[in-house]
Amino acid sequence: MSDTALPNTNIAQPDRPLVTADGIPLKQKLARTTRTMKLRALLLTLPLVFFVFVAFVIPIGQMLHRAVHNPTVSEVAPNFAEAIQDWDADSGELPSEQIFEIFVQDLVTARQNREVGKTVGNLATRINYEIPGSRSLFTSTARKAGRIEQGPYKEALLEIDEDWGDIHLWRTLQRASNNYTLAFMLAAVDMQYDKDGDIVQANELYRIYIPILLKTIGLSALITFLCFLIAYPVSYLLSTLPLRTSNLLMILVLLPFWTSLLVRTSAWIAMLQTEGIINDIMVFLGVIGDDGRIQMIYNQTGTVISMVHILLPFMILPLYSVMKTIPPSYMRAARSMGATQTYAFFRVYFPQTTPGIAAGTLLVFILAIGYYITPALVGGSDGIFISNLIADHIKKTLNWSLGSALAAILLVVVMTLYWLYNRLVGVDKLKFG
Amino acid sequence: MNAEKQVTDNSYVRFENVQKSYDGEILVVKDLNLDIGKGEFVTMLGPSGSGKTTCLMMLAGFEPATHGEIFLNNRPINTVPPNKRGIGMVFQNYALFPHMTVAENLAFPLQVRGMNKSEQQDRVKRVLEMVELPQMGGRRPAQLSGGQQQRVAVARALVFEPDLVLMDEPLGALDKQLREQMQYEIKHIHENLGVTIVYVTHDQTEALTMSDRVAVFDDGVIQQLSAPDSLYENPQNSFVAQFIGENNKLNGTVEKVSGELCTVRTEDGSLIEAHKVNVDKAGDKTTLSLRPERVEIDPPKSMKNTIEGTIEELIYLGDHIRVRMSVAGNDDFIVKVRNRADRRPLEEKQKTRIGWASMDCKALDLVA
Repeated sequence: MSDTALPNTNIAQPDRPLVTADGIPLKQKLARTTRTMKLRALLLTLPLVFFVFVAFVIPIGQMLHRAVHNPTVSEVAPNFAEAIQDWDADSGELPSEQIFEIFVQDLVTARQNREVGKTVGNLATRINYEIPGSRSLFTSTARKAGRIEQGPYKEALLEIDEDWGDIHLWRTLQRASNNYTLAFMLAAVDMQYDKDGDIVQANELYRIYIPILLKTIGLSALITFLCFLIAYPVSYLLSTLPLRTSNLLMILVLLPFWTSLLVRTSAWIAMLQTEGIINDIMVFLGVIGDDGRIQMIYNQTGTVISMVHILLPFMILPLYSVMKTIPPSYMRAARSMGATQTYAFFRVYFPQTTPGIAAGTLLVFILAIGYYITPALVGGSDGIFISNLIADHIKKTLNWSLGSALAAILLVVVMTLYWLYNRLVGVDKLKFG
Repeated sequence: MNAEKQVTDNSYVRFENVQKSYDGEILVVKDLNLDIGKGEFVTMLGPSGSGKTTCLMMLAGFEPATHGEIFLNNRPINTVPPNKRGIGMVFQNYALFPHMTVAENLAFPLQVRGMNKSEQQDRVKRVLEMVELPQMGGRRPAQLSGGQQQRVAVARALVFEPDLVLMDEPLGALDKQLREQMQYEIKHIHENLGVTIVYVTHDQTEALTMSDRVAVFDDGVIQQLSAPDSLYENPQNSFVAQFIGENNKLNGTVEKVSGELCTVRTEDGSLIEAHKVNVDKAGDKTTLSLRPERVEIDPPKSMKNTIEGTIEELIYLGDHIRVRMSVAGNDDFIVKVRNRADRRPLEEKQKTRIGWASMDCKALDLVA
């Protein structure tokens, strides 16, 4: 270019780092010049970080904490909770007279307490979770405990109710005195402590959470698969039609999003119930008799049908966006090389849509596994999901610890499945849009 | 028509009265008749929307002909699906399958044909050597450069040894230098293998470089089908003259017709003798077409057509000088002057005599 080439002073010498014209190391200078830019980027994300922290990280952390943290005993009977720790449960003997005395005193104090969470009732409920039927023992004993004027307290309690001589009861009390307990997590996977303090499976009759969890996973998988079966051809059609038509159809696909979830679910009730539209039509056409109306709602069928409908757009959108990017020339090339339509589809087209399939199935499955409102409305007793049980514990039985434990288990299951998915498919291969 | 059919009996590809419409309102291809001999390299050249790609797609079987019949090896193929036609094809963006390696891409047509594994590997190896990419079999298409992808696409169209290969603007995505190199390579492959190639492009240099014959398309009609040299030197109408190469236009009216020649009076009154190509009789309006390199500055006295013009602009291009002149009312008249040591120095605003041989000036149909 120029006749007199300038000697280039900036070429890196083997023993010297690269420097700018004024002698500052290049890396340092670069960091300095990009610092404000990085800072600004960070500032822009700050509101979201704050929001996520307050609305997401803290509540979920609290929930997970609550699943293993229950301070009821130490709040109702603080002195007893401390004293019982000294007792050796494996000695086969009841706690000492001193512990009994403290227990009676704490019961008497607690009976006067009206503060929510610190009443004898709370204590009774807490122990009742682990020893069903023990609730009245606490409430009636607390009522009578005020009359015990002096020792020996052990005999006095045993006189009120001989159940106080049960080591299992004291063992449970001792365990519950610890603020941190595994009892709820165990209950969430249908396990419990036995009389000797060992972890065992719950009685077959009481095993309900694992079956429901498995059913939730199974139904979610079924819903995902059905969504895939329906969405794939629809997405293909959308991606091959001219833009005007495909946009119109896309609006139809998205139309359900403009209607309230409740309205859509209720519409399915109107459609599917035994006196509903579909049954009426089938009776009218003579497919079934008037006495043979099919039960399609308030069971698993109802849950599956309405959830497939509701989650379908989440499968169509990623599939469509991936298919849109596959030019028709691939199929044409395959055809020109002698492949039949079917062969070309499975060897050339389908493999290229896997990022969309992967994204769609992951999205639908994870949405389905935690779904609450639709199973609650149309699931009856058979078609409910694990989230319905969680809601029950939070709202009805008020056993928040168990609700949290179930939620934690659900979270673990989802995380495990996601990890598996990542191993099998690879998250970097997903394409959402 | 009948006379033509006699000749076409040994043609390999034949379009017979083919028409194509996508919407039922506009004919994209209007009554196309085209014969391509075995082993021939024929290029369909034309501006976008001229119907050339549509013709190729009909031949490949991806678009049905609305009317007419296409023959391949004297067999009508309108109802034959693309996978049964045995035609190799190179697509505009190569259409290499991104989820397969180069070797898998190349083996695809062989697999479809149920060839055994070892023979597949053999063929893939050979064809990779042919396109000079012997080490690239294990790569994914995305890991190759544009030129390499292009070679793989060509190799894939050839690996199952089809007799006919279609190429749809295969060099469009390459830069100029690579494009030129690939033109020669494709031409050599054609010569070595003796396959019939139908090539679509809008690049006239490409068409002239590679083809045995070029079909110039416009408005769904073949304007001219001839060898590259006669296409350039004997354009049959104004469109071809304009489309192929550079060209000076002078509009005028035919005064007199005498044998091969005719005399034309231009709009400013000058009389020019020209080769009668596309005009019939005196009184016809015509556009004269004249190649810039056939015009001489300071012509010898013996030259029939001489006219005075004014130099408007000089552009130095190294091997030649482009002179823009104002001649016979056209101030965009280009003359190419070879850069010889003994050339006369030219200056802007200079009045200069120019001249040309009568046969170099073509009297064609009028362009508005």
